Amino acid sequence: MTDDAAPDPDESTEDASPVPVLETVHGVPVTWSHGDRVLHATPDQMIDLATALRAEGCVSILDLTGVDYLTHMGRVVGPGITAERFELVITFMNHDEARRTRVRVQVPESNPVVPSLFDIYPGTEAAERETWDMYGITFDGNPDPTRILMPDGWEGHPLRKDYAIGSVPVQFKGAPTAK
Amino acid sequence: MPDIDIPLIGNTDNILQKGIGGLEHNFLTAKVEDLVNWSRARSLWPASFGLACCAIEMMAAGTAHYDLARYGMEVFRASPRQADLMIVAGRVSQKMAPILRQVYDQMMEPKWVISMGVCASSGGMFNNYAIVQGVDQLVPVDVYAPGCPPGPETLMHAILTMHAKIESGELMDRREEAGGGAGLVVEQRDGQTDSQVVLR
Amino acid sequence: MAIIDQPTPAGAAGNPAGAVGNPAGAVGDPASRVRLREGSAILRISESDAINAEALAEATQDGTMVVNMGPQHPSTHGVLRLILQMEGEVVRRSKPVIGYLHTGMEKTGEDLSYLQGPTNVTRMDYASPLFSELAFALTVEKLLEIEVPARAQWIRMMMCELNRMSSHLLFQATNGMDMGAVSMMLFGWRERELVLRELEKISGLRMNHNYIRPGGVAADLPDNWREEIGAVLDAVEPRLDEYDQLLTGQPIWRERLQGVGTVNADECLALGVTGPLLRSTGYAWDLRRDMPYLKYKEVDFDVLVGSFGDCFDRYSIRLNEVRESIKIVRQCIEKMPPGDYRLQDKKVTPPPRARIDESMEALIHHFKIFTEGFKVPEGEAYAAVESPRGELGCYIVSDGSAHPYRMHIRAPSFTNLQVMPHMLQDSLVADAVAIISTVDPIMGEVDR
Repeated sequence: MTDDAAPDPDESTEDASPVPVLETVHGVPVTWSHGDRVLHATPDQMIDLATALRAEGCVSILDLTGVDYLTHMGRVVGPGITAERFELVITFMNHDEARRTRVRVQVPESNPVVPSLFDIYPGTEAAERETWDMYGITFDGNPDPTRILMPDGWEGHPLRKDYAIGSVPVQFKGAPTAK
Repeated sequence: MPDIDIPLIGNTDNILQKGIGGLEHNFLTAKVEDLVNWSRARSLWPASFGLACCAIEMMAAGTAHYDLARYGMEVFRASPRQADLMIVAGRVSQKMAPILRQVYDQMMEPKWVISMGVCASSGGMFNNYAIVQGVDQLVPVDVYAPGCPPGPETLMHAILTMHAKIESGELMDRREEAGGGAGLVVEQRDGQTDSQVVLR
Repeated sequence: MAIIDQPTPAGAAGNPAGAVGNPAGAVGDPASRVRLREGSAILRISESDAINAEALAEATQDGTMVVNMGPQHPSTHGVLRLILQMEGEVVRRSKPVIGYLHTGMEKTGEDLSYLQGPTNVTRMDYASPLFSELAFALTVEKLLEIEVPARAQWIRMMMCELNRMSSHLLFQATNGMDMGAVSMMLFGWRERELVLRELEKISGLRMNHNYIRPGGVAADLPDNWREEIGAVLDAVEPRLDEYDQLLTGQPIWRERLQGVGTVNADECLALGVTGPLLRSTGYAWDLRRDMPYLKYKEVDFDVLVGSFGDCFDRYSIRLNEVRESIKIVRQCIEKMPPGDYRLQDKKVTPPPRARIDESMEALIHHFKIFTEGFKVPEGEAYAAVESPRGELGCYIVSDGSAHPYRMHIRAPSFTNLQVMPHMLQDSLVADAVAIISTVDPIMGEVDR
């Protein structure tokens, strides 16, 4: 169901301020961020949305990455969208219209599993591996779900906010040191 | 091992064990030692260990404008067995660390290490989980060349410092006394579980 | 190799038929080989399995052998490790293993202020550092909703094109050396040195410049810049013809590169490949022309495409892109407007040094910007540029503070590497070097 028109004034609710209704494109809510169209999908909607975008003319997925909002949970994504700890950000490119579409998927910490987009866009294989490596979001159906940047036996997902940066304290000249 | 004392030269067992360092130090053998050190310095062959941005400047040092060939160093040996100098050019990640050590171990003595750039010397601007904070945690370093990246002129200054150190012979003596490596025990993190590397 | 100099109408002339609309997996899908899960060109075993005897026994049942190439190897560009499954001399399947240069730059980026951000991202793609800085700066400016002055944009564009020249010359040099034309290494570096010295005069550093910052550029162009840059261009241009003489027409060079490592446009698009790699397949897509940023709309240049998608096309495209960059830089020299080299917004750019002596307010602003950093409104944005390797994008999420909440760089080499196993399939090991070399990955941006 595609609805690009503004909300119908006849559908205003009983209280004085109308509840904002997001427009939908391919069945998912859309917002605009600095000139880019952003679609907000749930993990279940990902495959259908990707198929629809491909039919629309998005020939490539440029980028697939994650964000950990652990220390910024109070963020507002959009009305009707529940913000979760992890977010998956996928950038699609449409060459005919020369524009990019961003898809943001809210991934809950309790169940960080999303479907893999490999069958529609095989180029997501490496990016999904990297997102798993760095965030721990599992991609169901990725043909090679192994670590890509960190060594094979590494424990932990480095880009998570609760993973320390791991810096070594630097001693400065003149500071008292233990012998 | 035949243990014969040759006058003016030294003890044969000592020589076989320690090489040039085992010669008795007198007017005769000093010239030999000088000659050997001089020729070692003048034909250092680097093992190619270019990792990141510093590798580009290292390659620039080897080409026409800066020309490492004047030091006899333009041949970057692909095989560490044929090299005697390892220029660690670039940041060493956790995944790369065992490989660095493996390449170093494959080099034949006498061997030297120049740590090129701040990332190799101390971790540079990347004080985080992914970068080894200085390759001297893995291999014994003889000369540190600072810079991000050090220009070819800085690298050449490091090489000339290296030459001076080799010719004075102090490096080989010191390594003999102090032990070359950091004495650390390092766990390999490349999927080969249950193996440890002791750095001597 | 065709030259396309008019904007391509949507989906038409420049692009091979059927490149866009083919549904995934349809009969006759030209990208079918990259969609395979079983029997694909990618050897999907983990790194620990690659050295484990039992796991290898299964992979090598059919008499093939699994050979490891790298990560320390003179012929791989940087620390790339390739696991090759070979039947004799022929590579059947392969897997590029990366991560040997993983620097945690995205994690470090969350700790640095927006002014320090370019120093971090510039070290990702170390052959063309100004592009990474530009992508970062454009994204931050999008979030700040500011626009930099025209002169700053022209300076940025000129510096980026000079950087494109030096990156492609580096490619020519290393590609030549990998192929065995060692003198090409010396020639390519000789030209690159001229460009690097000019970049040093303008930005202060030969590499990793930290010159393009949010708000503009770090410093204005020095006096005599027109003569100096003109001299560099005049020196480099005839030498490109020398490279043509040395390499392009030479039978051995052609034998080694033509028909090697062929891909088609559909495969590249399905894998998300951009840049000269995509253009070599005949697909005309260049962000400078199709989604212009900076002042690319006001300069005249051609977008080069290949015809066969092989190594020779990629070599040839990069060589001629140097010529196009020279054209663009000459136009920049002519058209450079006077004005500010950075936005005079005291919340974002530090005040000129002289003013710090005069005004307390300027001193305070300088102090705040360099210690705490300037705050960027909450939001998320993505901006991309056309780097010598493809689309280099930067995605920043801001939480309203002075540090990026999340900073991610979309590295073109990371995605371009995915096409390598398909190029290596059924080619000889000797060609593996040619293929890796013409993909031109920079491991710093692959691993970040």
